[in-house]
Amino acid sequence: MRRFLRPGHDPARERLKRDLFQFNKTVEHGFPHQPSALGYSPSLRILAIGTRSGAVKLYGAPGVEFMGLHRENNAVLRIHFLPGQCRLVTLLDDNSLHLWSLKVKGGVSELQEDESFTLRGPPGAAPSATQITVILPHSSRELLYLGTESGTVFVVQLPAFRALEDRAISSDAVLQRLPEEARQRRAFEMVEALQEHPRDPSQILIGYSRGLIVIWDLHGSRVLCHFLSSQQLENICWQRDGHLIVSCHSDGSYCQWPVSSDSQSPEPLHSCVPYGPFPCKAITKIFWLTTRQGSPFTVFQGGMPRASYGDRHCISVVRDGQQTAFDFTSRVIDFTVLAEADPVFDDPYALVVLAEEELVVIDLQTAGWPPVQPPYLASLHCSAITCSHHVSNIPLKLWERVIAAGSRQNTHFSAMEWPIDGGTSLAPAPPQRDLLLTGHEDGAVRFWDASGVCLRLLYKLSTVRVFLTDTDPNASLSAQGEEEWPPLRKVGSFDPYSDDPRLGIQKIFLCKYSGYLAVAGTAGQVLVLELNDEEAEHAVEQVEADLLQDQEGYRWKGHERLCARPGPVRFEPGFQPFVLVQCQPPAVVTSLALHSEWRLVAFGTSHGFGLFDHQQRRQVFVKCTLHPSDQLALEGPLSRVKSLKKSLRQSFRRIRRSRVSSRKRRPAGPPGEGQEGSTRAERTGLQNMELAPVQRKIEARSAEDSFTGFIRTLYFADTYLRDSSRHCPSLWAGTNGGTVYAFALRVPPAERRMDELVRAEQAKEIQLMHRAPVVGILVLDGHSVPLPEPLEVAHDLSKSPDMQGSHQLLVVSEEQFKVFTLPKVSARLKLKLTALEGSRVRRVSAARFGSCRAEDYGEHHLAVLTNLGDVQVVSLPLLKPQVRYSCIRREDVSGIASCVFTKYGQGFYLISPSEFERFSLSTKWLVEPRCLVDSAEPKNHGHPRNGSGPERALSQARNSGNQSDGEETRSSPVMEHALLNDERVLKEIQSTLEGDRGSSGDWRSQRVATGYSLSNGGAE
Amino acid sequence: MNRSHRPGAGSGCLGTMEVKSKFGAEFRRFSLERSKPGKFEEFYGLLQHVHKIPNVDVLVGYADIHGDLLPINNDDNYHKAVSTANPLLRIFIQKKEEADYSAFGTDTLIKKKNVLTNVLRPDNHRKKPHIVISMPQDFRPVSSIIDVDILPETHRRVRLYKYGTEKPLGFYIRDGSSVRVTPHGLEKVPGIFISRLVPGGLAQSTGLLAVNDEVLEVNGIEVSGKSLDQVTDMMIANSRNLIITVRPANQRNNVVRNSRTSGSSGQSTDNSLLGFAQQTEQSFEPEDEDSDEDDIIIEDNGVPQQIPKAVPNTESLESLTQIELSFESGQNGFIPSNEASLAAPVASGTNTEFETRAPDQKLLEEDGTIITL
Repeated sequence: MRRFLRPGHDPARERLKRDLFQFNKTVEHGFPHQPSALGYSPSLRILAIGTRSGAVKLYGAPGVEFMGLHRENNAVLRIHFLPGQCRLVTLLDDNSLHLWSLKVKGGVSELQEDESFTLRGPPGAAPSATQITVILPHSSRELLYLGTESGTVFVVQLPAFRALEDRAISSDAVLQRLPEEARQRRAFEMVEALQEHPRDPSQILIGYSRGLIVIWDLHGSRVLCHFLSSQQLENICWQRDGHLIVSCHSDGSYCQWPVSSDSQSPEPLHSCVPYGPFPCKAITKIFWLTTRQGSPFTVFQGGMPRASYGDRHCISVVRDGQQTAFDFTSRVIDFTVLAEADPVFDDPYALVVLAEEELVVIDLQTAGWPPVQPPYLASLHCSAITCSHHVSNIPLKLWERVIAAGSRQNTHFSAMEWPIDGGTSLAPAPPQRDLLLTGHEDGAVRFWDASGVCLRLLYKLSTVRVFLTDTDPNASLSAQGEEEWPPLRKVGSFDPYSDDPRLGIQKIFLCKYSGYLAVAGTAGQVLVLELNDEEAEHAVEQVEADLLQDQEGYRWKGHERLCARPGPVRFEPGFQPFVLVQCQPPAVVTSLALHSEWRLVAFGTSHGFGLFDHQQRRQVFVKCTLHPSDQLALEGPLSRVKSLKKSLRQSFRRIRRSRVSSRKRRPAGPPGEGQEGSTRAERTGLQNMELAPVQRKIEARSAEDSFTGFIRTLYFADTYLRDSSRHCPSLWAGTNGGTVYAFALRVPPAERRMDELVRAEQAKEIQLMHRAPVVGILVLDGHSVPLPEPLEVAHDLSKSPDMQGSHQLLVVSEEQFKVFTLPKVSARLKLKLTALEGSRVRRVSAARFGSCRAEDYGEHHLAVLTNLGDVQVVSLPLLKPQVRYSCIRREDVSGIASCVFTKYGQGFYLISPSEFERFSLSTKWLVEPRCLVDSAEPKNHGHPRNGSGPERALSQARNSGNQSDGEETRSSPVMEHALLNDERVLKEIQSTLEGDRGSSGDWRSQRVATGYSLSNGGAE
Repeated sequence: MNRSHRPGAGSGCLGTMEVKSKFGAEFRRFSLERSKPGKFEEFYGLLQHVHKIPNVDVLVGYADIHGDLLPINNDDNYHKAVSTANPLLRIFIQKKEEADYSAFGTDTLIKKKNVLTNVLRPDNHRKKPHIVISMPQDFRPVSSIIDVDILPETHRRVRLYKYGTEKPLGFYIRDGSSVRVTPHGLEKVPGIFISRLVPGGLAQSTGLLAVNDEVLEVNGIEVSGKSLDQVTDMMIANSRNLIITVRPANQRNNVVRNSRTSGSSGQSTDNSLLGFAQQTEQSFEPEDEDSDEDDIIIEDNGVPQQIPKAVPNTESLESLTQIELSFESGQNGFIPSNEASLAAPVASGTNTEFETRAPDQKLLEEDGTIITL
């Protein structure tokens, strides 16, 4: 009979599966890894960022995002939008040009590559002759001027990239047309700058690196003006009216030159070294911007005194005697200034700086030039991410309180609305409020709004205050004096330096109903925090949990525990710690669970686990799980570091060996030989492999293995642990050695909660014979639905679990899924994953999958990530694999380790230290950018005024609605979106949703029950 | 040793039979009524009495007419011994805890080396003193060659059984490449090979696996296209009942069968393997081979139990567990056949009896809740 139970043979089930599951990588959150180029379109009001790996990302209004990837895996050097068009040109470091465009398909814009092109010089010319250094998209929309290393300016016609050889401006031609006295210059060298006359498209400015600048008449092919500087030229800016040009130079100086028809070679009006008189570094880019009020803005990059500040990454803004050097913590890639489209005055309103690790926008209109908080492109890695935790469907109350706490931390930000606001987001408003919590190396926890396309920082919690650390947090602030020169000001949030690695956050658990938060860290610290809207000063209760209790003669060789700050500590509004449990030995906390209804927190390390009553603030019990022979776990991380070092050294050696052998061949000779060299290197690599093959030991896991006592998972459940007539609170712990411990808990009723003690008694211990690490424990109720979260039922958000039917225990090890009956633990079902596929479970989480067809139909299943980077759905309770998709490269160990699933079948993982990829296994819950960018759209070019958001969104939406070319369907979602932009409307909708929750919970569970019987039907 | 079967002095009487019993360095001689030998228990008591070892558990053996040392442990073989003794019955007594099982068997008194020594390895004697010869249910297979009839003759399917934790599986695997015959000629393809055997490990002691054997399947699942780490994980996941199909590096030891119906000759190609893999699949679902349904649960009374499989009508569960408990506490307990598939070895290592049964026999016993995937 079992022959007929194979999955994949039931057409009804197959159809249902298609309605439930679908895999999409939807959007990348965070800051692009290794950015290398910046572009901005004043007409589209869209920002473009290129990366070293060949990605192009466009950002407009929040929610408007596009991404493109060059086929070549080369760094993007330049990005230029074509004036007034939905097109952009990129230059890669292989000297190829690529034309991209935003095309409207099905009412949504898409970014796609249209054309690519490599500039070819005359035969026999050196490769540097065509090496492009600068690009000038001409306002005629048809021509690109390409400055090269040889000094020649090539002209290319768009969109077909047709080279117009006869129109190229060679340096010889320029030389011939220069007056006698200027011709002595030895050479022009490469083109450093190309600018079009702001008003007269027939004139362009060409700046050569040796210091010569000429204004070239395109029609007459003649030099209108030339300017000679004694210094190497870095860049030029042409003032809006065309009467003044400003050049910046390698010695840290800049010069202003008047442009007039009277003089062929004028002298500089003004020349200065802003951070002189001692030698300065080059000013690499400069903006000279006029204002209505009179005094202009000068914005330039670099120019710092070489000896004392040469290592800083600075952009200086000077206006009216006011000068600030914005000091970035990472290298500045490029910057631009957003200015009005006014014909006379620039009136800059924002400075946009792309640094290596973050995007910083400075409000130039508000006094003091405060930074603007970006709604996207958040630097997730301002301190390295050590863990993450996702909480779906946050109640409005908690959401507002978190936002309120966060807004008090953001007072230093400008009130200006986000100035980069091109395009229209058509994505439906997020259906629910989701929080993503990231733990960081410096002891911080960041709360992100993960509901929509934009991952926005809501609130930052720092746990450092609880501990005594070497550095005083106030020290760095006081060091910043007022009278100093240069007038440096630190901006940005990227700060990779951690005071103390022990502060790192390893586990986070938030109860969304009660506002209790537990965080645990590297040195065995467990903090329980409570959300408080007021500032408070109190002492944090400290407790030590000795996990080695009855074991003797061991010596911990790892780090010491953190030293807690004695006495009362002042905490800002937000999550405030009130209990600190420190595990002894202070090993990394490997597992954490919080039950807010019972007021209990459970924590585990490589030595054992403990239960703490945070209501009475006393330890309930600890259990040592350490195997007596396990020395490795005792010695702490040090001995592992040693072996890690060794293996790292070996792998570096291997890499170096292969690199040396390949490099030897590379530089000399034609490409053919280089190729041969690389193949030879490969061959030697292969030989090396054959000499010392990687071997894998085949051995059954045994109790004597190392780290068997390591706690992998902790789980609270109210279930039938001891007999089938009474259910009771229980705590379940799973170890690395395949053991599951179950403790029966006696929690006093609420009215006597403070008077009676919480009691725990070990009720069961299950040893999985295959001894693989237990990565997940879950109890299913009588309807085979996972038990609800604590307080979920109390808040009427979930039907109470079925306590009539028999409960089942699901234990997920790295190798198998197993369902046992409760209270008598007997094996019912299993799925052997490793034995069948050779993959092991890395992450598992129960999720509810909604159907894309039937509004209220859904099923509970397990979302699984394996060590091969596949994501799978395994059905509950029958443990049948439903779908499998490859998601993460199997080599990407940190990506796999960082993955978190949501309760609705979505997930996040790190694709770089600073970016989360969002994916979805669900057909229903998809958060992806859907947006429209229209070049013809008459944009309101006024700078964003505070509080004008909803109106503008409405007008934009109407515009695009009217212009729809036969796309009637488009206008309605646009309108909807516009309405949803209005906060008032949004709140109303939310409140009605909140009111409906109770009943919605009912239909949901009903449907779930149907789902169960259906899937059962599929099985029989 | 005295191989003479000549009657000794003073054995003229037909009704009695002389018994010469040896325990350690001591001999005792006495006589028995040949026609009324009595029961084994009585005889056992008599031996204990004459040797003055009333409370020592001993193993009793005798030399049969061929000079083989055979055990006496029940009425049947006792009567056999008495009836065949001509005229002297030579008895050898060993203390149970010092017993050398390898002494038993064919030609044991002549040739000490025996094929059984492979099975009853010396290091097992310490911990498993209760294995008594002549009860077939006490034999424990540790390895076998299976599916010989359906595999190409260049392949060998080896099954390794792992009991307890004392003996390591003891082998390593590595990446490598092998030459395959394809429609496009010879092609080098990546493969997984055995790279090392640990001396004294299970793999080495069975003699069925060797260095450089190519691993083709693990528990019925082809390894081609899988990485070394994947294959490692698969083998470890199946380590309790590991079935590896290899192409031995040394084909000389492979059985050359007469039947060429399989169509594979000499160096078999991958294609032939594919065909066979499919063919063998039915009998080869890992679920059927399941021997690891033996997780242990310790209830709060502190007694470890094996986890029974849930039977659909579960009221019988309690009794089922009890049966198993009694089975565990008893020595040499006979496993009721309908529970045989559940009762696999216990990790505590006190009890290692295992009943061999054909895989398909188990298949029939599998209860209905198991879903094959």
